[in-house]
Amino acid sequence: MVASVIFTLLFFGGFGFFFMQILKIRSNILLGRDLDRSGDASTRWKTMLLVALGQKKMFTRPIPALLHLALYVAFIITQIELIEIIVDGISGNHRFFAPALGSFYTFMISFIEVLSVLALIGTIAFLARRNLLKLPRLTMKELTGWPKKDANLILIMEVILVSFIFTMNGADEALLNLKSNQSNGFLISQYVGPLFFGGIKNHETLHALEQIGWWGHFTMVLVFLNYLPFSKHLHILFAFPNTYYSNLNPKGQFTNMEAVTAEVKLMMDPTADPYAQPVSDATPQRFGAKDVTDLTWKNLMDAYSCTECGRCTSSCPANTTGKLLSPRKIMMDTRDRLTEVGNGIRKNGKDFSDGKSLLGDYISEEEIWACTSCNACVQECPVNIDPLSIIVDLRRYLVMEESKMPTELTGMLTNIENNGAPWQFSQNDRLNWANED
Amino acid sequence: MALQVPTMAELMAKGETPDILFWVGCSGSFDDRAKKITKAIVKILNHCNVKFAVLGAEESCTGDPAKRAGNEFTFQMQAMMNIQVLNGYEVKRIVTGCPHCFNTLKNEYPELGGTYEVIHHTQLIQDLINTGKLQLEGGSTYKGKKITFHDPCYLGRANDVYEAPRSLIEKLDAELVEMKRCKTNGLCCGAGGAQMFKEAEKGNKEINVERTEEAVETSAEIIATGCPFCNTMMTDGVKTVEKETSVKVLDIAELIANAAEL
Repeated sequence: MVASVIFTLLFFGGFGFFFMQILKIRSNILLGRDLDRSGDASTRWKTMLLVALGQKKMFTRPIPALLHLALYVAFIITQIELIEIIVDGISGNHRFFAPALGSFYTFMISFIEVLSVLALIGTIAFLARRNLLKLPRLTMKELTGWPKKDANLILIMEVILVSFIFTMNGADEALLNLKSNQSNGFLISQYVGPLFFGGIKNHETLHALEQIGWWGHFTMVLVFLNYLPFSKHLHILFAFPNTYYSNLNPKGQFTNMEAVTAEVKLMMDPTADPYAQPVSDATPQRFGAKDVTDLTWKNLMDAYSCTECGRCTSSCPANTTGKLLSPRKIMMDTRDRLTEVGNGIRKNGKDFSDGKSLLGDYISEEEIWACTSCNACVQECPVNIDPLSIIVDLRRYLVMEESKMPTELTGMLTNIENNGAPWQFSQNDRLNWANED
Repeated sequence: MALQVPTMAELMAKGETPDILFWVGCSGSFDDRAKKITKAIVKILNHCNVKFAVLGAEESCTGDPAKRAGNEFTFQMQAMMNIQVLNGYEVKRIVTGCPHCFNTLKNEYPELGGTYEVIHHTQLIQDLINTGKLQLEGGSTYKGKKITFHDPCYLGRANDVYEAPRSLIEKLDAELVEMKRCKTNGLCCGAGGAQMFKEAEKGNKEINVERTEEAVETSAEIIATGCPFCNTMMTDGVKTVEKETSVKVLDIAELIANAAEL
C-alpha cells in the first residue's frame, strides 16, 4: 500500500515535471518568426517515417548506424515493460501481464533482454568511441566541457538502466530457482540470474535485490526523462516533429524575403506615390537575424533536435580545411542562446534584453563568412536540421542592416548593381564572346 | 564554321520565337576560360539545329551571388529586371551553362513572377543524344580514358541532378572513376556562397586544393565539371598541385563537342 502511494507520487511528479519542461521548450520555439510548413501531409509523414523512425540517413555510416539502431530499438521496445512496471507499481502486483499473456509474455521479456544486451554493447562501444578512440568529430573543441559530460552522462545512465533490468530479472530468476526450482524462462536472465545471484540462499536478500532492480529501473527512467529537456539527447523525441516539418523544397532554394519584395516592387513601379503613408504602422521587422528571436520557429526547433553528432561539421568543406565555421556549433549556440532568452523573458517579461545577441556574442562574423552554402551539412544531418538557413539569415542581417561584409563582396555587389555582373564588365559587351576566336 | 548566335531581339524582329533560351551567365560571357565552355555549348546547339537564342546585352546577373552573400535587395532588383525581360519575350524554356544560374532561375524566380522550365546544359545534351539528334559514333577522342566528375553543389545536392553528366561521360566510351566523396557526399570546390569573389577565411588549406588532391588520387586524366566556377577552382587546384601537364579540367560540354569533332 505504502509502496503504491510512493510509486504513484513518483510517477505523476516525474511525468508532470517533464511536461512542464517541454511546455517551456515549446514556448521558446514559438519565440521564432512565422514560417509556413503546412501542407503535403503525406510527404511529411513519409519523411518522418523514413528519416526519424527508419533512421535512413544514419546508414550512410553503417557501423555507428547499427550500434545506434540497437540502442534505439531497445529503447522503444523496453517501453512495453515500462507499461507493466507502471501497472504493477500502482496496483501492487508482480508481473501483472504474465498470467494472461503466458508464453507470449516470456517471448516479449526475452526479446527485451536480448535488445538490452545489444544496447549495452552499443553503449560501451559509444563510450569507447568518445573516450578511448577519440573520434575527431566527437572530440572537437566545441564539445569541451558540458557537451562532453552530457554525452557521457547519457551513456552511463543507459548502462545503469540496463544493469537494473538484469538485477530485477536476475534476482527474480534466482529467487524462483531457490523457492521452487523453476525458471521464468527468460532468454538472458535464466543464465545471468544464477550466475550473479545463484550464491545467495536467502529469500529476503533476493527479494530485496529484485526490488532494488525494479525501483532502480523505474527511478532511472524518471531521471532520464527529466534529464532529456536539458540535454542534447532530446533528439529522441524531437527527431519526429523536426523531420515532419522538414524543408520539402530543393536545397538550393533560399527563402524569399517578402518584405523586400514589397519594397522592390514599389521602387520599380512608376506610378507609386513616393509620399504615401505606409500601409501598416507596425515596426518593420529586422532584415535577417541578429538574435534567436529573428530566426524562424523551425530554426529553433532544429536547435533542440540537434544531438551534436557532428556529421555536419565533419562534412563541412570550411571546417575540414581548418576554418572557424562548424555547423554543429551554429546549432549549439542557437540552442544555448535561446535557452538564455527564453528564461530571461519568463523572468523579466516580453521586453527582456541583456544586451547580448546570437551574432557577435555566440557566433562570430568570421564563422558565417566561411560558408560556401554547399548544403553538405544539410544533406548529412540524420534529423534534417538546416544550419545553412541560419547562416544565411545572419549574413542578411550583417549586409542589409549593418552593411558589414568582407570588402571584396562590397565590390562584387556594386558591380552587379552598376553593370549587371559581379565583375567590372559592361553589360553591352555580354555577347562579345560570340565574335572572338 | 562561324558560330550562329541569334539574340531574342533579332528573332523577334523576324517574327520568330526560339524553342529555348540559352542563358549564358556572367562567367560564360566574360571569363576567358568559361567563354570556351559557352562556345562548346553553342557548337552543340548549332550542330543539332536547336532553335535557340540568347539575350545578349539584355541579359544581366541572375543575382545569385548577391542572394548568397545576404543582399536580398540586390538579388530581387536583378531578378525583377530579368523577369521583365524574360516575360516580355514570353520565354518558356531556358537552358543554362551554369548551375548557379540554373538554381536561381528554376527555384527562386517563380515566387517573384518568373516561372520557366529550366534545365542545365548537361540535361539538354543528354536529351539531344537520347533523341538521336547528336551522335558520337566514330569519336574515339576519349575512348578508355579515365575521367572523374566533380559534382557542382548547385547541380547535385541543391537540385538532385547527378545522372545527366555521368551518363554523358559514359557515352564518351571513357572510364568514369568516382572520387571518394561524390554525388550526395560530393565535396564543394570552394567557390559557392559568394566565396568566388572573396579571399577564404583563415584555415590550414584551400578547399579547391583539398578537392583537387582527391580528384588526382583517382588517377583520372580529366576532371570533368558542369560549372564555370568549379572549373576555375579545379584548374587553379591542378596548378597548385603541379599536375597541369597530366590532368586537364574540362566541362562536360567541351568533352562532348570534342568527341563529336565539332
